[in-house]
Parts: sequence; structure tokens; C-alpha cells
Amino acid sequence: MRISPRVLAVLAGATLLTTACGGGDTATPSASSASGDASASASAAPSSTGSAAPVRSNADLVIWTDELKAAAVKPIAAKFGTDNGITVDVQVISADLQANFVTANAAGNGPDVFTGAHDWIGNLVQNGAIAPLQISADKLAGYAPISVAATTYQSKLYALPFGFESLALYRNTAIAPDAPKTLDDAIKVGEAAVKAGKVESALNLQQGDNGDAYHMEPVLTSMGGYLFGKTSAGDYDPKDLGVGKEGSLAAAKKIYELGEKGSKVLRRSISADNSIALFAGGKSAFLVSGPWALPDVQKAGIKYAISPVPGFAGQKPAKPFAGVQGFYVASKGKNQAFAQEFVANAMNTEESMQAMYDGAKIPPAMNAVADKVGADNPDVRVFVEAAKAGDPMPAIPAMSEVWEPLGKAYSAIIGGADPTTTMTSTGKTISAAIAKTG
Amino acid sequence: MVATTTPTRPASTGPEPAPTPVRRSGTTTALIAKVIGLGLVLGLAIAITPTLVGQGRWAFLAIVWVIAALALLTYAGKRALPAKYILPGTLLLALFVIYPVAMTAKASTTNFGDGTRQSQQETVVQIIASSVVQTPDAPRYTMTVATEGSVTDGPFTLFLVSQADQSVFKGTPEGLETISPRDVTLTNNAVTAAPGYTILTPQQVNAANAKINDIAVPTERGAIRPLGIRQAFEGTTTLKYDEATDTITDTQNGTEYKPVKSGDREYYTSADGKRLSDQSWLANVGFDNFQRALTDSTIRQDFIKIFIWTVVFATMSVATTFLLGLGLASTLNDPRMKGQRLYRSLLLLPYAVPGFISLLVWSGFFNKDFGLINSLTGLDIGWFTSTFWARTAVVLTNLWMGFPYMFIVCTGALQAIPSDLKEAAAIDGASGFTQFRKITFPLLLVTVAPLLVATFAFNFNNYNAIALLTEGAPFAPDNPAAGGTDILISYTMRLAFGAGGAQLGFASAISVLLFVLTGVIAAIQFRATRALEDVN
Repeated sequence: MRISPRVLAVLAGATLLTTACGGGDTATPSASSASGDASASASAAPSSTGSAAPVRSNADLVIWTDELKAAAVKPIAAKFGTDNGITVDVQVISADLQANFVTANAAGNGPDVFTGAHDWIGNLVQNGAIAPLQISADKLAGYAPISVAATTYQSKLYALPFGFESLALYRNTAIAPDAPKTLDDAIKVGEAAVKAGKVESALNLQQGDNGDAYHMEPVLTSMGGYLFGKTSAGDYDPKDLGVGKEGSLAAAKKIYELGEKGSKVLRRSISADNSIALFAGGKSAFLVSGPWALPDVQKAGIKYAISPVPGFAGQKPAKPFAGVQGFYVASKGKNQAFAQEFVANAMNTEESMQAMYDGAKIPPAMNAVADKVGADNPDVRVFVEAAKAGDPMPAIPAMSEVWEPLGKAYSAIIGGADPTTTMTSTGKTISAAIAKTG
Repeated sequence: MVATTTPTRPASTGPEPAPTPVRRSGTTTALIAKVIGLGLVLGLAIAITPTLVGQGRWAFLAIVWVIAALALLTYAGKRALPAKYILPGTLLLALFVIYPVAMTAKASTTNFGDGTRQSQQETVVQIIASSVVQTPDAPRYTMTVATEGSVTDGPFTLFLVSQADQSVFKGTPEGLETISPRDVTLTNNAVTAAPGYTILTPQQVNAANAKINDIAVPTERGAIRPLGIRQAFEGTTTLKYDEATDTITDTQNGTEYKPVKSGDREYYTSADGKRLSDQSWLANVGFDNFQRALTDSTIRQDFIKIFIWTVVFATMSVATTFLLGLGLASTLNDPRMKGQRLYRSLLLLPYAVPGFISLLVWSGFFNKDFGLINSLTGLDIGWFTSTFWARTAVVLTNLWMGFPYMFIVCTGALQAIPSDLKEAAAIDGASGFTQFRKITFPLLLVTVAPLLVATFAFNFNNYNAIALLTEGAPFAPDNPAAGGTDILISYTMRLAFGAGGAQLGFASAISVLLFVLTGVIAAIQFRATRALEDVN
């Protein structure tokens, strides 16, 4: 008997329908673990990275970190996992960790713990993205006070610091065997070397076409400038903007003298792309940079030495920004209890902090580890001292209004724009922007 | 009178001839495919329904069923033939174009951004929860969570061992009770067993975290709260929220914080202007974002300049790449040319390099002191410090990146033009250039015109080309927001995401405006190209 196509169709349809009904197991969408590589495509869509947004993987404790720290965090996390009988996953987010975290956390797909810089705190708190830590005061005493101050915001501790970095002055000892006492000395030695044809650049202080307020901070502070004043409680006060005030104008004049219309020490053609490479290649006498430049400089094999950035002759000491790296606990992570446990107990030990240093090579914030490492490694000791002498970057949300306009002002002044008018108008622009965003 | 003759049937002489089978080859396969396809759609709809109902997503449920019903109606029946072809395309258009545009338009009426990502209720809960302050000099406790009831719902009891003097307590929301260490089993100064109680494993504590964290064992100086899996600390919070009056009160000094509008969002602020927290919440702002985009004085000043440069940039990108691509294609199309394949492969290379990488590498080439271009040519041009040169650099780089595409397209289009037309023109005495101008070019344009329009639209919003190459430089010192090479999209990206955190609601409003703008320009261009259709 030949079954008519119609009957066949009805039968098949019914079978498929019942399959759907029966196996209607609403499995929770198992999130795919994405590595967040910024694989870009010059697509028509104006997206800056063109990559899929990362989501948490399926483990009891999920940690997000970047490539630099992943190797250090993984063994600590694995040990925590075995000690507590849970699965732990460390996901590497190579680009835009802060933005990706805030979006993922708001959607409930974020990690439980992540690493980041302390100046993210203002933005993270305003987005309700992180939970405060409750580490006891005696445990915190084992960390450098500046690192704890940096990760404390509105009197609450938001991150466990594990490393802090700041700018220091690298010198090519073949050209400048002694540590310069002032920045003017350094520039003099550097310019003599340029004239003698030994190097192409006296001092590499990266700015680029859009300027770099982070690297220019030692110059600003040495000439008496500041970014934000402090309230009585010790927090930065967004209403007290130092840009446009006297100290910043003095700094602007100094930058103009050193810029392209003056002695050409500061140039816009030296930017993040080539500053370290030029010094490592022996083409520059001095370099202002942080511990992240060490691997390249050491690999290139030139003879170098590091000292804290000195101030200008007759001026205040230079205070570069101190940036603290820490572990945060997400506010909407799926495993808050494990997250708090991990940060407060597993990471808060000397072994873990030593492991973090060994893996990420960021000068350690825990005093015991810093002393141990500093005993063998004079470079790290200098960086730790430089960071302790610096000022933490302001973490308040108003700070994000400062970076770009101030950087562009520096770049314009280096290019020959009038220093006083530029700095004053930049100060006005920034205050207007801060007032607008409340 | 017309005689109609009805053909008389011959007397049946034999069996009736069998009806010729209708040749419908492949009907069964097609039918099975259709059934499987429709079955899948229906099955998916049914499988998703319980989840959606469970989460209360009625709109999605309705949409899923509408799509399933449409698919069934269109494909199960014999009629509605045009719909069978149009339906998949229309569905995808709705899903990937109309839906995102609608969501963007919806976001543009809110103040969504950094600081306003949550609802007001979540914000209040967070503000209160994060205001707990550790009581100074209070000991920490080693905590073990236990329950007399279920491990998932409680009620939970905390067994606490003080880390200062090892005294053992039992804590519940009613209060703290000292118990004797002999009543429980202690291992390493932590309670590991208690009669009548089930001790929770770490995983269970983690799973029930929401309920456990709500436990606050009241003490004289505050309350003991759980921290992580096995610790507890004593802390106080002085904030209380009153839902009826929407006020957060600081019980320590009586200050009341009420929502006060500042900009496009509200913050909890006290009567004398002190803000309790920088956290705000998502709110609807109507058309404020559009108003701001259209009437803000800083934006308006820069907008015209940037708009003109965007149009110029897009036009020049299309023109230069098209001319170079066409020129190369015409040259290589000549049958007398040797090594065509080699040249074609070489000329395709710029297109094969990922755009991101080429742009970053080229931005290095343009460095004034250390870049390749200045060192090779001996020039000393500050490429990105002068507006004119920066714009030239952008157009040049875009030319390098874009001409292979035009080259391929023109090659194909040129080969499609029948050569007898050109021969006929040659016989009529037309020179090479006249041939090109009157025959080849118009025919070419018919094919290529839509692609030119598309390329224009693409370059109108070519964010990568500007952002990766110059980041918008150069900037005038008094205007850090609008740079010399900024096009509309990079300018608005900076406005929305640059300083001051992400302002996604504002960015959405600008996206909608740009969408309308680009759409109108493209529509005008398409109408203009309709004239070309008369050529054929």
C-alpha cells in the first residue's frame, strides 16, 4: 500500500511535534567562554573592536584578568579550587576589560572576581558594579599605605592591592653614568649627547599627537601644579580643579620652553608606539616610563639604571601618578561567597602575592613581598620607592573628563601654542564638562 | 443555429485506459524537506515556550509564535507563492535591521549610561548594602553555616568561633547565644558538627548566598554578618530606606537623602546638597537626548564643519579608489597585457591585509621624525599636526586600502561588456578614449553605481579609518572634542564614550540621527542612479 504524501506529511509533522514537546528540557543557555580577542574587521559597522562580548564560563568561581596577569593568577586559583573542592576558571580578556566587565555584570554574565587598576573604582562604584571588601585593618597594615589609600573610595575598601606602578627615570649608563639630581641636569646631559651625535633624543617622555597627561604628571607636579585638591576626608574633590591655576600655568610655560619651538626636548613624534623602543635601541639618553618597560629594555641588552624622576632645579619634587592594581569582587557575580573568600583569604597571603609578582612582575604592594623582592632586584626597589613617593591617580568619575583635554593641551603647547591661554581655556573646558555631567 | 455535436463515447470495448501519472518528480523529497523545516520551526517554538513563560517574557513569546504561525501559513499552503520567496528575507531584515534600530531608538529616550545602568530599587539596595562599616576592634569570627531545615532555603543558623578568644556562639537573626564548646564538634577552631543541625558544604553556602547574606545577628555594637564561606565580621550600617517616602535616612545624624535631579539623572542628595552616592538609575528622558544633540551650542558649532568634511572625505574616498581601480582594471583588461594574473594578485594584497593592522601600521609611517614616509622622501611634514596634511594622509591611506576592491569590481564589470560593442564603435571610427567615454563607461556605471553608493555610505561612517589612523587629530587647543580629521561618527563616539563615561542613551540618539542622515543621502543617490538604467 502506498502511503499518500499527505498522510506521510501529517505523520512526520506529528512525530516532530511530539519530539519537541517531550524533550522540552529548558537547559539554561550554557555560556560559551570567549577569550575576547580584539579580532577586528574593517566592517561597515562602526564598532571599535568588532569582537563578541565576553561572557562568564561555567565554573564555580570565574576570574577575569588580562594576559599579563593570567599566568600568575591561574595557579593560585587552581589551588583555591582544590582546597575548597570547587571548579575555578581564569578567563583572559585582552582588551577593554573595564567596559566589558561593566556590561557583562549588568547583564548577569560577568565574572565573580577580576583584576584592574584602582582608577576604575569611581566608575565601577557609580555603576554599582563592585562590592566592597571587608578585610580587617590589621591585615591591611601589611600593605603599602599608598596602595590601600588608592583602593579605598569613600571610606570603603573596594580592591585588594597586589601591585603598584609609577613612572621612574631610566638612563642609558653609557651616556649618563650618574643619577641626575634634577630634571634640568638630565636634559643637559641628554642634549650634549644629542649634539655629540651619540643619540637622537635627549629625553623620551612620550606624548604623541594627542598628548599624554599621565606621563606629563611629574613635570606638572614639579612646577607646582595639581589636578584635584583633596577634601578633608582625603578624597579628591572634583570642585577643586588645578588645571588653569597658577601651578599648571608655570608647568605650561616650562613645557613650551622644552617643546618644539624651544629646545625640542619634548616632541609630539615620541609616542607610546616608539618611546620605549627608541630607548631600548640606544637612541635616547633618558626615558620616563614605568616597570612595564623593563622587559623590553632588559631584552635589548643596553646598560641602564633607574632612579626616581627628579624635579626641576629650584622647584618642588616631581610626583608621578601611582597606579595600583588590585583584585575586585563583582557585585552581581553568581558566586559572591566564593569570590569574597578568594580575595580575602586566598589572595591575601604572602605566597599568593609572591606568585603574583613572579608572574606579572608588577612591583608588589604587600610590604613583606616588596622587601624580599627588592633585596635581590634593585630595579623593583626603585619602582616601589617611586610609587610610594607618588600620588594615586584620582579615581573619581570626574577624572575621566580630564585625561583627554589635558593631554591635548600638552600636545598643543609642545607644538608651539601659547601656554597660558591654552592651559586656561583647557581648565575652563574641563570644569564645564565636569559641571555638565554632575 | 450552431449545431453542437457531443462526441459520443464509443461503446466500451475494453478496460479503461489507466490515467497517465502526473510527472511531479521530487515532490516527495520536497515535501519531506518542507515538513522537517516546518517541524523544526514549530518544535523550536514549543521548546522555548516554557522558558519564556517561566521568565515572564510575554513579548518574545508572542513574537516567536507569530513567526512560527507565519512560516506555517506560508509554506504549508499552496498559495501565497510570492510570500514563500519574500518571507525569509523579510524576517531576517526585521530581526537584524529593524529590531536593532527599534531598540536603539528606545534606548535614545533613556539616560542609559555609566552610572545609570540599574533600576532604582537595585541602586537603593546596593547603596544600603555597601554602607556596612566594620566595627573597629571587633574580633573576626570563623563561621559555619548550619540549618535545621533545608540546605537551600534555611532557616539558617551561624555557628561562630571568635578568632580572638575561641569562644563559641550560635547566631540567628534573633540574637547571639553563647554555647559551650562541648555542645559542638570543633576542628581547627571551626565548628564541624552540631547535633540536630546539618552543616552546609562550601558549595551549598555559595548557592544559598543571597539568603545567608541577609542574616545579621544583632549585637550591642551592630550586627555580625557573614563574609565569604567561613568568616563573619561585626559591622554596622546607619542607612535606612523608607519606600513610602523614597528617602534614605542616616540614623546616626538624622540626615535625609531624597532623589534630586542633576543633569539627566537623579541622585540621593541631602537638603544641603551633599550627595550620598554617585550611583543613579535608569530613567526615561523622552526626547531630551535629541534636543541636546540638536541644540547644544558646542555640538552645533562643530557639526557643520565636521559634516562637510565627512561628505568630502567620503566623496574623495570613492572617487580616488574608483578612478585608480578603474584605471588599473582597464589597463590590465587589455588582452595584449602579459602577466595579468601576477599583477592582479599583487594588486589585491592591500585588500587582503586586515584593515585594523594596515591602519595602525600606516599611522606609524606618518610619524614626523621617525616615520617611513618622511625618511624615504626626505620631507619634514608634520603629517598629523596640520589639518591639511592630516586629511591628505587619511585620504591617501584610504585610497591604498580601498582601490583593490574597486579594481576587482571594475575588472568584472569590464569583462561583462560585450566586445562587439567596442568593435562596432571602432569600425565607426571612434578613438580609444571616445570608445571608453561613450560605450564602456556608461555600461560600466550601470553595474557599478550601486556599489559606489554603498561605498559612499560605508566611508561616510568609516570610524576605523579615522580613529585608528589619527584619532581625529589635530585638535585645536580650545576644542578638545572636535579634531581636524574627525568625521561625524568618530566625533559622536568621542562625545558619547570619550570623557565622562559612556553615555549610551545620548549615543543612541545620535545613532538614530546619523541613520536618518545616511539613509536620506543614500536614497537621493539611488534615485540619481536610476537615470543610468535608461542606458541599457
